[in-house]
Amino acid sequence: MILEARDLTFRYHPKGPAVIGRVDLTLKSGERLGLTGPSGRGKTTLCRLLAGYDRPDAGEVLLDGRPLSTYRGYCPVQMVWQHPELVVDPLRTLGATLAEGWAVEERVLAGLHIEPGWLTRYPSELSGGELQRFCVARALGPATRFLLCDELSAMLDLITQAQIWSFLLEEAERRDLGLLIVSHSSPLLERLCTRTQAL
Amino acid sequence: MTPLLSVEHLSISFTQYDRGTRRRILPAIRDLDLTIDRGQVAAVVGSSGSGKSLLAHGILGILPYNAHMEGTITYDGAPLTPKRAAALRGREIVLVPQSVGYLDPLMKVGPQVGRDKTAVRAVLDRYGLGPETEGLYPFQLSGGMARRVLISTAVAASPALVIADEPTPGLDARAAGRILGHFRELADAGTGVLLITHDLELALTIADKVAVFYAGETVEEAPAGDFDRLEDLRHPYTRALWQALPQHGFRPIPGTQPYPGALPEGCPFAPRCPKCTSECGGDVPYRPLDGGFVRCLHPERGNAS
Ligand code: SF4
Repeated sequence: MILEARDLTFRYHPKGPAVIGRVDLTLKSGERLGLTGPSGRGKTTLCRLLAGYDRPDAGEVLLDGRPLSTYRGYCPVQMVWQHPELVVDPLRTLGATLAEGWAVEERVLAGLHIEPGWLTRYPSELSGGELQRFCVARALGPATRFLLCDELSAMLDLITQAQIWSFLLEEAERRDLGLLIVSHSSPLLERLCTRTQAL
Repeated sequence: MTPLLSVEHLSISFTQYDRGTRRRILPAIRDLDLTIDRGQVAAVVGSSGSGKSLLAHGILGILPYNAHMEGTITYDGAPLTPKRAAALRGREIVLVPQSVGYLDPLMKVGPQVGRDKTAVRAVLDRYGLGPETEGLYPFQLSGGMARRVLISTAVAASPALVIADEPTPGLDARAAGRILGHFRELADAGTGVLLITHDLELALTIADKVAVFYAGETVEEAPAGDFDRLEDLRHPYTRALWQALPQHGFRPIPGTQPYPGALPEGCPFAPRCPKCTSECGGDVPYRPLDGGFVRCLHPERGNAS
């Protein structure tokens, strides 16, 4: 599969400056593309556009040549954010949140070192690293083909970072996922990516 | 010379009432020892949510009401009592907070930094913030600018001790490096700097020494130079951190840090430690070793075992 951004432009306000201006990007299955560039260049915005959370003001996002917005149901492009505590429902246990979707495979739970006891806890009772493991598990539905990782491990300690990434690399390999990786750490990008693109 | 700040056997715990009335004591920091000299950057490195921010709040005397603190904190040769902390806070001892939320959203930058206009200009100038910054409201600042305003606000009073709690969130490597460089400059001018962060790599770029925090305890204190070579590190956890660096193998050990409420007896690292023996279930003291400190019965470095 191919995920493509063609000539994307995005503004927060119709008359404001373009956060993203005429960006092109191509990501193929099995690729791991690192996105670099200083803060404020719209890396997160680009991820949001690619995952269909926002609509571009100009240009289009295509999945295998077809506009992403025409895909119905579960979006094959999933995103994991830097701050997991902002994207989980604080009032539900993690088990309940996970159960909303498909049955997460045992292999995924084990690979992400998610302990069964956490499933009965509420988000406020888990650390950022533990929550992030959930968010990764949740983004890896059976229909996921591309995963956009926006500073996925920036707030995590080194061991948790290495654990999550070694699992993700294996999973991407076995399912031929395409990964887009945003990180401020160049050693990390060097380690993970098959190529990089500057924004 | 007496250190600028000395923290001995500091423990901070919380009383929590979970869902209903069951009362729990959560030990967030246990038996922490740390000294900071004038002109030194001491980093405390631990994963987010590990309770290390409480160290800053403990020193500043701004812990929440349900927290309980034990141990001694000595500042400039005399005990840092809550009363003394309150008097020094914001003047001699300042916090550079993690969140831009500490800035007053309804007040322009200039007056937030200080009253004396010339002094305000001088300090903003030092951090590369032009006169136009003074008239901006916090929401108009970019991430990097906001960090520099936070530093300006903190150091306008020429403090002797700066406590920086996770000072570079969300910044790219260059911007983060610049911000940290400012702390190094402060130290080079004689200020003591306590840097609290989850980012070991960044901490190593400016720190003189690094204390590694695990499950509420400091497990090792080492001169920053010891992180150049795996062989120079003392604690099995510190070695695991080193080996998990992307440039050093990217190899994770299994398992996760235990909760403050669910700590094993004895060494909290024992369930993940390859060198664990039955004695590790008992008391594990924090002790000096080869120019640093370690909390381990079978450290990786030195002859003690
Ligand atoms: S005290 Fe024992 S279990 Fe703890 S780190 Fe040292 S060897 Fe490992």
